[in-house]
Amino acid sequence: MKLSQIKEIIEAEVLCGEDKLDREVSKACGCDLMSEVLRLVEEDMILMTGLTNIHVLKTAEMANIQYLIFVWDKIPDERFIEEADELDMVVMKTPLSLYECCGRLYKEGLGEIK
Amino acid sequence: MTNIYEMEYNVDNRDFVVAGDVSRIIKRTLQRIGVDPKIIRRIAIASYEAEMNIAIHSQGGKISAKIDSDKVVVCTQDYGPGIEDIALAMTEGWSTASAEIREMGFGAGMGLPNMKKCSDVFEIESIVPQGTKIKMTFWL
Ligand SMILES: Nc1ncnc2c1ncn2[C@@H]1O[C@H](COP(=O)(O)OP(=O)(O)OP(=O)(O)O)[C@@H](O)[C@H]1O
Ligand SMILES: [Mg+2]
Repeated sequence: MKLSQIKEIIEAEVLCGEDKLDREVSKACGCDLMSEVLRLVEEDMILMTGLTNIHVLKTAEMANIQYLIFVWDKIPDERFIEEADELDMVVMKTPLSLYECCGRLYKEGLGEIK
Repeated sequence: MTNIYEMEYNVDNRDFVVAGDVSRIIKRTLQRIGVDPKIIRRIAIASYEAEMNIAIHSQGGKISAKIDSDKVVVCTQDYGPGIEDIALAMTEGWSTASAEIREMGFGAGMGLPNMKKCSDVFEIESIVPQGTKIKMTFWL
């Protein structure tokens, strides 16, 4: 699924990486605990989370996660976005809850991490 | 084997904003040296988990990374309080993290199991109340 389709499905707003929306992703993970993310992580996955502290970015950097989606319209601070941009990440936010964000994308065929 | 690169950094406890930055430096150094990205990822994840444990659960400590031509060795050492029951601490899901720490995204009880899974050799040694030492070896 293309990031641009994902953006439509979850009514998201792009915070950085607008130029990379034609990239394809096939897996996603919805999680607020960083070690769970690090256990599940696979290349080219999207991380959907309600946490916006700098450790989401550090976790993503460690695990080569390039795509982040914040739920509940949460916005990280400016430093987060600047660093994410430098790391070539795509960051979006959606007004949906984590449950609905995951649910809509799952229904449209975005796979989970096994 | 010839030693290519060695570095050591202090890790403060309870400084959440900078916690994890040593692992970022280690990761970026490995990238610069040209280590296989798949191995870098395992080293970065293990090192980050170890660094966060020092910041969250200990009185502070240090991390070193030694890069040889055939392996990378990441060692951590902290100044206490040590781990009473290492087997229990290694159990998936076991955590003593407070509600406040959980709100920051930690406390799944998966850090030590992740370190073990990511490294080729995982050694842990802990004395109460002196502290905990971890040595993780990654073959290149
Ligand atoms: N360096 C340390 N010093 C003292 N206790 C530690 C140390 N590292 C881990 N522990 C203890 O072992 C437990 C399990 O550690 P582990 O890293 O697996 O999980 P966690 O840190 O609680 O949560 P997570 O890593 O998933 O965010 C911790 O909750 C803590 O009680
Ligand atoms: Mg931990």
